[in-house]
Amino acid sequence: MAKAVQLARFLGWFSFGLGLPGVAAPKQFTQFIGVKGDLEDRKWSYVVGVREIIAGAGLLIQPRPVIWAWSRVAGDVMDIALLGRALSSKKAKKPDRTAMALAAVAGITLVDLYDSLALSRKPAGASKKNKEVEAMQVKKAITISRSPEEVYQFWHNFENLPRFMQHLHSVQVTGDKKSHWKAKAPAGTTVEWDAEIIMDTPNERIAWRSLEGADVENSGSVTIKPAPGGMGTEILVDLSYKPPAGPIGAAVAKLFGEEPSQQIQQDLRRFKQIMEIGEVVVSDATFHERPHPARPPETTANKETKAKK
Amino acid sequence: MGKKDVKVEEVPDPKILMRQDAIVRITSTTICGSDLHLYDGFIPTMEKGDILGHEFMGEVVELGSEVKNLKVGDRVVVPFPIACGRCSMCQRTLFSLCENSNPNAHIAAALMGHSPAGIFGYSHMMGGYAGGQSQYVRVPFADVGPIKVPDGIPDEKVLFLSDIFPTGYYAAENCNIKPGDVVAVWGCGPVGQFAIASAYLLGAERVIGIDRFEYRLRWAREKAGAETINYEEVDVKETLDEMTGGRGPDACIDAVGLEAHAPGFVGAYDRAKQAVKLETDRPIVLREMIMSCRNGGTLSIAGVYGGFIDKFPIGAVMNRALTIKTGQTPVQRYMQPLLQRILNGDIDPGFVVSHHMSLDEAPRGYEMFVNKENEAMKIILKP
Repeated sequence: MAKAVQLARFLGWFSFGLGLPGVAAPKQFTQFIGVKGDLEDRKWSYVVGVREIIAGAGLLIQPRPVIWAWSRVAGDVMDIALLGRALSSKKAKKPDRTAMALAAVAGITLVDLYDSLALSRKPAGASKKNKEVEAMQVKKAITISRSPEEVYQFWHNFENLPRFMQHLHSVQVTGDKKSHWKAKAPAGTTVEWDAEIIMDTPNERIAWRSLEGADVENSGSVTIKPAPGGMGTEILVDLSYKPPAGPIGAAVAKLFGEEPSQQIQQDLRRFKQIMEIGEVVVSDATFHERPHPARPPETTANKETKAKK
Repeated sequence: MGKKDVKVEEVPDPKILMRQDAIVRITSTTICGSDLHLYDGFIPTMEKGDILGHEFMGEVVELGSEVKNLKVGDRVVVPFPIACGRCSMCQRTLFSLCENSNPNAHIAAALMGHSPAGIFGYSHMMGGYAGGQSQYVRVPFADVGPIKVPDGIPDEKVLFLSDIFPTGYYAAENCNIKPGDVVAVWGCGPVGQFAIASAYLLGAERVIGIDRFEYRLRWAREKAGAETINYEEVDVKETLDEMTGGRGPDACIDAVGLEAHAPGFVGAYDRAKQAVKLETDRPIVLREMIMSCRNGGTLSIAGVYGGFIDKFPIGAVMNRALTIKTGQTPVQRYMQPLLQRILNGDIDPGFVVSHHMSLDEAPRGYEMFVNKENEAMKIILKP
């Protein structure tokens, strides 16, 4: 992915370089590619130049310039058509030069096509199967209209966490500081680990980390403090996951989808809902795990447990 | 079903999904001007099959286990924003900013930085709640939103407590009206009519309504008591200057929003930019209000905006010390006092009603309302 973007940046500068003479010196440019250089040719040289400069800017500015890369492919096709027409008619004053230009355009078309395809491929995950999966760290904060004591007590019972943390299947408290965690992995499988509390300051902070032998090495903490003006409690959650190499790691990387930070923020919103109103809020659409229009569900059976959990 | 395509379909009956839910059998619902923004495709995250409608009333038929203030058989008007009543925003009576009622808060936050409250039938970004243009609807937080109304008072007198009466009133209240004030209201649709009427209730000396449809201007003059300007006939700023001794109105209300029209070049410019997605909203009314308002005056925005605008004259706002007040209306705050106003006889909200139709005729109702056919003002739908 990063390489495709790098190539796109190069193509961006290339576009600029190609576009400028077409705009600034259309006469010389048309001579260079061996066509007559009459008013018609110069007009086209100008059009192509402007197009190249715009495509160049797009390729250089956009974080993932998929459309601009494809616009270059389209531009190449247009150029091939123009040059081809020039060659086959009597437009070409020096046909060998025009043929060279045509060959050059054909070459760059392949590069553009390669880059466009590479950019169009879905980012992350898929291509990483056997490589080291990057560690993930997310920090998120939310304010809750409850006292620090209430927030601390609820969080301290780790068995409550799966009620609002979407990636967790279950947590079982197994000892004074020990717990056993199961997280959802793709295709209905789970990954598991044991964890221990490594810091526990009542009403202020809880920190935990996985023990040796975990499917996924991870750690987390929640910092709790009163919000200013007596407006409840601020919490800051800090989670780190370090998935192992190989297929398990790739599966774990998918746990949080493409936007881990957004998913943890949604988890905290659900935590706030449970603390403030006693249950997770659902709409007619979000009641379903898959996309559903905003209309009443067919049945409530399958999710009854989740809503009441 | 798609842009400019609404259909009437059979769907399953709504069910209690949370312990504080109520199911309401709808007796009257409406098409709101802001439904037209959905209809015209200007609010993102609508899906095929979504049920619209956020202005409705009816009878409670089922209650979740934790609802305390309502009982089956109660006659209620339901406010359009959904609010939990417990979060810090609700505690400050900023109900339309409820922190808990939008389960799709992450989508709204991606567009707007933070999320406002969920709204019935108003896109997935605003929660994905089924709306009230139906026979039954699920109402979350039934102890917080719905207000009981006495039997014997007809639906059309209290129905608009759900949205447009509080919305017009909130717009006028945001003008901070003082005795002697002149208020100008852009847009003489139903919300504009209530903004005019509310400005008078709050003590404005003169209210000027601005529109291009003669029947709506006539409505504003005859039923709401406004002076009027037809913006297709005269220049609005010049006319306002003439009418206010050159000062400009003390406060300006935008009761139009993101689909504003303008004659000539400016209108075409913003339509074109919107069409190619260079801006999402047409800020024609906003610009005109900013240039027209008196120095140090107030701009109150009731019309709905969804995204981004262009060529916003911030220089005029800053140098002339204009105040901008806006927001989706925290309807829950206004229902009780405005119901009292209705019962006192200060106002009869029924003055905006132009048509009664059956819910089955909703597609035709949308067409009439969007095209301003048959002098459509406010359309009530009966399931």
